[in-house]
Amino acid sequence: MSPMTFMAEPVGGRFGDFGGRYVPESLVPACAAVAAAFRDAWADKTFRDELDGLLSVYAGRPTPLTPASNLSAQLGISLWLKREDLAHTGSHKINNVLGQGLLARRMGRTRLIAETGAGQHGVATATAAALLGLSATVYMGTRDIERQRLNVHRMEMLGATVVPVTSGSRTLKDATNEAMRAWVADTERAHFLLGSVGGPHPYPWMVREFQRVIGSEARRQAPVVPDVVVACVGGGSNAAGTFAGFVDTSSRLIGVEAAGGAAMSNGAPGVVHGARSMVLQDDEGQVAEAESIAAGLDYPGVGPEHAYLGAIGRSEYRTVTDDEVVEAVRRLARTEGIICALESAHAVAWVLRAAGTADLPAGSAVLLTLSGRGDKDMHTLIGGTA
Amino acid sequence: MSTSLLARVADGRKALVPYITGGITADWTDYLLACEAAGADAIEIGLPFSDPVLDGPTVQEASDRALARGATVASILADLSAVTVGVPLVVMTYANLVMRAGPAIFCARLAEAGVAGLLVSDLPVDEVAEVELAAAEAGLALILLVAPVTSDERLAEIARRASGYLYAISVMGTTGERATVAGSAAALATRVKAVSDLPVLVGFGISSPSQAAAAAEAADGVVVGSALMRRILDGATPGELAVDIASMRSALG
Ligand SMILES: Cc1ncc(COP(=O)(O)O)c(C=O)c1O
Repeated sequence: MSPMTFMAEPVGGRFGDFGGRYVPESLVPACAAVAAAFRDAWADKTFRDELDGLLSVYAGRPTPLTPASNLSAQLGISLWLKREDLAHTGSHKINNVLGQGLLARRMGRTRLIAETGAGQHGVATATAAALLGLSATVYMGTRDIERQRLNVHRMEMLGATVVPVTSGSRTLKDATNEAMRAWVADTERAHFLLGSVGGPHPYPWMVREFQRVIGSEARRQAPVVPDVVVACVGGGSNAAGTFAGFVDTSSRLIGVEAAGGAAMSNGAPGVVHGARSMVLQDDEGQVAEAESIAAGLDYPGVGPEHAYLGAIGRSEYRTVTDDEVVEAVRRLARTEGIICALESAHAVAWVLRAAGTADLPAGSAVLLTLSGRGDKDMHTLIGGTA
Repeated sequence: MSTSLLARVADGRKALVPYITGGITADWTDYLLACEAAGADAIEIGLPFSDPVLDGPTVQEASDRALARGATVASILADLSAVTVGVPLVVMTYANLVMRAGPAIFCARLAEAGVAGLLVSDLPVDEVAEVELAAAEAGLALILLVAPVTSDERLAEIARRASGYLYAISVMGTTGERATVAGSAAALATRVKAVSDLPVLVGFGISSPSQAAAAAEAADGVVVGSALMRRILDGATPGELAVDIASMRSALG
C-alpha cells in the first residue's frame, strides 16, 4: 500500500492491519456521528476558513521554523526546530482542540470530555471550551496531577473541571479509560475530545488532519527537503502532523519514544482504547503500565497510523531514556535559549545521541518538531516528583 | 449457530443470568455452583482485563482484585475445567485478550474448558467477523450487545449475526448498580424482540429483585453483575450469594 493513505480518509478507519473501531455498541453511533460530521466539515470551506482564522489570530500560527545554529555547529548537522512551543497554550495540542472544538459546536454539543497526561491537552481543551462557550471535563491520573500541577491550576483557571483518576497506573491510560466511560454516559450532549491519534475511527484520521498544519507549514518553511524529520511520540499526534507534510518526500521519518513507554519499539499488535495498534502488553493481552518522566509519553499504546507506517517501513522509531531526556532539556536551553517540554526533549535527545553516527550522519539536514514548552516541567527538573 | 442458550425461556420462564468475575477468590468456582443451585439459567464469567472501559467501579475493582491475586485467562479456564456446572457458561471479556491469543485459539480454549458462549464488550458487529468465524468453528454461541442508541438497521444486522441470546444494555453508561431501571430498557427490549427469535436479556444496573422483575417484563430475563460482585467484594460467601440469587429468582417468577 502506498503512503498516500496518509492523505485520504482511511476506509473503515483502517491503516493496513491497524485502526478500526473497537468500542462497545453504545459508542458506535457516537463515533459514526463524529466521523460524518468531520467528513462534512473538512470539505466545507466555511469551516476550514474559520479554523484557519483561529489558528492564525488566536493560536499564533504559523509557528516559526528556527534554525538551531549553535547546536547545529556543535553537532555537525543542520538542525531546524518547528516551534510548537510558541503556539498558544504552549504546545501543538491547540491545533487539534480548536478543530475538534469547532466541530463539537457545529454538532450542537455543549460539553467537551478529555483525557490528559502532561496536562497540555487538558489545558488546550479548557482553552477551546472557554473560547467557544462549551463546558469541559478533563480526566487526569493522580500521578500526573502531582507532577504537572501547574497545568491543573491552568485548567481550573480556565473554568474546566479536572477529575482525578485513581485506577491502574494513575496516568494517561487510566485517564483515557475514564473519559471513555464518561462519554458513554453522555453521548447526546458531550463530544469526546481525544488528544492524540489513537482511539476509534475517526479519531486517528481526524486528529492527524488537525495536526497536519505542523507538517504543511514546516514543508513550506524548510529551506531544503530535510534528510531526517523527527518528533517525539506519545500517542503520536505531533509526529503524525509533522510526518504528514513529508511522507511524500525522501525524508526519513523518525519517531522517538520514551524507553519506558515504547509501544512501537517494544509492543505487539493489540486492541486498546478503540483501535488495533502496537501495545505494550503481556502474553495474555493485559496492557502494561508505561513508565516515563514525561507524563505525555507515559502511555502503553500509540496511534494506528504509526503502527502501519512502521510496518511498511516508511517511518522508524527509536527510544531514549529519562536521563538522556533531562540532559537534552538542559543542552537545548543552554545552547539555544529554549526550554522545551520533557516530551519534546525526547526528539532532541535522539538527535544528540545519533548525530555523527550512521543513524544520523554528519552534515544531515534535520527538521525537529519541538512539540511544547517546558514551564510545566520545571518542578520535575529541579528535583520534585517525577 | 443461532440456537438459544436459554432453553427454559421457550416455556415462558424469565431467565436469570448472574455475572461472576473469574478468579475473584481462590475457590471462586464455588460461586458458580451456588448460582446454579439458586436457579441461574446460565452464568456469565468475566475474564478480567486491565482496561475495562465498559465497566463501572464495582466490576473494575473485581477485575483488579482478580488480576492482583494472579488470576490469568489460563488459570481461570483451568479452574473451569475442574468443575462441572449444570448450566451454560458464557465468557464475557474484552477484545485484546481474544486477539492476543488469536480468535481461533482463544475460542478453542474456551470450548475445551466447557464454555458455551462468548461476549466481547468492545467488539461491535462491524469488527466481529474474525471472532464470529472462530466462535462458530469452536461451537461457541456469540452473544452481541445492543444499546438504546442502536439504530433499527444495526439492530437487524446484530440480530442476524448473534447467537445464544441478545444482551440489551439497559442504559447509556457503564456497568454498575443503579437505583432504578431506566425506561430505555423496556423500549429497547421490545424493539429487539420484534426482530429476533433469540432470547433477549436486559443487563447493566439490575440491583434488586424488584428491579429484576421490572426489567424482565418486556424481556426474556436479566443479567445481574455489579450487585452480586459488590456482595462478593464485601466478603459474601457462596451460601450468602445464593440467598440473593434465590430472591431474584423468585421475584422473576
Ligand atoms: C508537549 C507535548 N508533546 C508531546 C506529547 C505527546 O503527544 P503526541 O504524541 O500525541 O504528540 C504531549 C502530550 O501530552 C505533550 O504535552
